[in-house]
Amino acid sequence: MSNITQQQIRTPKSLWSESYDRLKKNKASVVSFWFIVVICLVALFAETLAPYPYYEQYIDDILASPNSKYLLGTDSLGRDMLSRLIYGARMSMAVGIFTAIISLFIGATYGAISGWFGGKIDAVLMRFVDILYSIPTLVLLILVKVIFDSLNLFEDPELKALTGILLALSVVGWVNLARVVRGQVLQVKEMTYVEAAKAMGASHIWILIKHVFPNILGPVIVLLTFQIPANILFESFLSFIGLGLQPPFSSWGVLANEGWRSLRSFPHLIVSPGIVLFLVMLSFNLFGDGLRDAFDPKMKK
Amino acid sequence: MSRERKRKLITSVLSILFAATVLLNFFNYEVPTFLWALDGIVLFGLLSYYIITQKLVTYMVKRSLEAAVVLVIIATMTFLLLRIIPGGPFDQEKALPPEVIANIEAKYQLNEPVYMQYYYYISGLLRGDLGESYKYVGRSVTDILAETLPNSIQLGFYALLISFLIGIPTGVIAASKHNTWIDNLSMTLAISGVSLPSFLVAAIFILVFCFSLNWLPPALWEGPEYYILPIVVLGIRPAAVIARLTRSSVLEVISSDYIRTARAKGLSERSILFKHVLKNSLIPVLTFSGPLIAGILSGSFIIEMIFAVPGMGKHLIQSVSNRDYPLVLGVTLIFSVLLVLSNLVVDLLYSFFDPRINLS
Repeated sequence: MSNITQQQIRTPKSLWSESYDRLKKNKASVVSFWFIVVICLVALFAETLAPYPYYEQYIDDILASPNSKYLLGTDSLGRDMLSRLIYGARMSMAVGIFTAIISLFIGATYGAISGWFGGKIDAVLMRFVDILYSIPTLVLLILVKVIFDSLNLFEDPELKALTGILLALSVVGWVNLARVVRGQVLQVKEMTYVEAAKAMGASHIWILIKHVFPNILGPVIVLLTFQIPANILFESFLSFIGLGLQPPFSSWGVLANEGWRSLRSFPHLIVSPGIVLFLVMLSFNLFGDGLRDAFDPKMKK
Repeated sequence: MSRERKRKLITSVLSILFAATVLLNFFNYEVPTFLWALDGIVLFGLLSYYIITQKLVTYMVKRSLEAAVVLVIIATMTFLLLRIIPGGPFDQEKALPPEVIANIEAKYQLNEPVYMQYYYYISGLLRGDLGESYKYVGRSVTDILAETLPNSIQLGFYALLISFLIGIPTGVIAASKHNTWIDNLSMTLAISGVSLPSFLVAAIFILVFCFSLNWLPPALWEGPEYYILPIVVLGIRPAAVIARLTRSSVLEVISSDYIRTARAKGLSERSILFKHVLKNSLIPVLTFSGPLIAGILSGSFIIEMIFAVPGMGKHLIQSVSNRDYPLVLGVTLIFSVLLVLSNLVVDLLYSFFDPRINLS
């Protein structure tokens, strides 16, 4: 035993720090992560960063090409495109992230109950999920959004515009998370440490919070990283077909919708939000791939 | 004939028939109905043969009953949601005189209590009557659907087809050239394909192929040259997803014990790939077809709108804002039927290609 060199002895590390080390080695993921951070900062500090307000119309400079005054040009109402893109980041990212959080909350609770209690409860709950799966998502989404919009939950116009789409996307989005969480809970439930906790008389809630959730966190975080771009994309689709956010509010989908109308003469109006959206989606997907490989190195091929 | 040979024969007959229909349908706008019908009959015949010989009749009956229940629940949910949303079908900016409103409501039985309306709707549904559209006066929902559904199905079918035709070979090649530049390039393309918003692709394609090069028309649905752009734009995302899925599935199979055995026997790489790896690695890809079809169905709404394809997508979006209750319900139900049916077919195919799966 004495000939083991210093390098061969590994300092013991937790699962999380090992995953973190693996993630750090994946350059694409690291770059993507920082890109996402930058976009989030842009979204947070939109007021400071944007050169003009997103709704302000400069009637003398309608449909200007990109120039030194308006870096990305102006739209058909004379609004600065760069500012609209920056404020668009706020709306799009808010929709993506908050929807993911809300649907995680619903989905995790639902899936955990279903997987943990099993039997008849599981059968009934999962049958309901199956039914939701057979409804075309878009129909459900549109109907739910119309209902939420009519509720007038907030006074603030910006919040009011967001809530409808946010809640509607959450109502549709939790289903996937519920399925994954249920599957994971079913696996973890059979583990000996859960059995040990039960034998020691721990309550259901205690075991779920203390033993089950930490052990299913990895796959859930990965799924969440894929859920956020899916939500952002869905919001942009809805806004693009005119059912999401409405102008003067700006999201990347709203901008694409406005840009589409002048596609032939002013292609930069649709190409710039399209490319920003593409880069954000790409970053989330690359980062998600990296996270998945980092949490589960067996999967890495 | 052995089971294996029978399977091969059936698969090849079906593929030839389908390939012929697909090609004819693509290049000749007038022919298809009859051929699609023939395809449908052959597929239906084979499926029933398979179901009967494999003793899956009880399974099928069970699944169909389940499907019927699911559809009734969906109809009910949509019906209720439609009554909850504010605004009615005949609200206009210039208010109609109350007598006119009363007459209209009486005609469509909207003056009766909701549970009676629901009763009328469901009993109509059981007779196969989807009702009459409120907005397209005098036209039945069945009529509108019959006119638009074929276009939507055509678009979705071709997109599905090209996504398999592009995705599977890309995934297989990437996996077999694992960790080379070919692998890296195809996976970079695939992850970009997953991340591309379809309106950006559509915008770029239209700018390049329609406005600059003048090769293809930017809108409508009237012949082969009209089909190309919508199909490609709709197919990119699923193709990329399939490529990624195929690659990881092939890689998993390649590292399994029976492939090592095949190598040890001295089989050529080629026959290992085609005889052993492919068959086993495509099964997970097949199971993914269910969600894939669902994705293509929702994706087609946007594509139909972008390229002005006269499909059901337009009606779905408009009918909700028009509060055209029967049309919304009709479109929802048709989409749900398509989803439920395709899931059933995927399950059957799954057991057909993987004898280990026992459905009954």
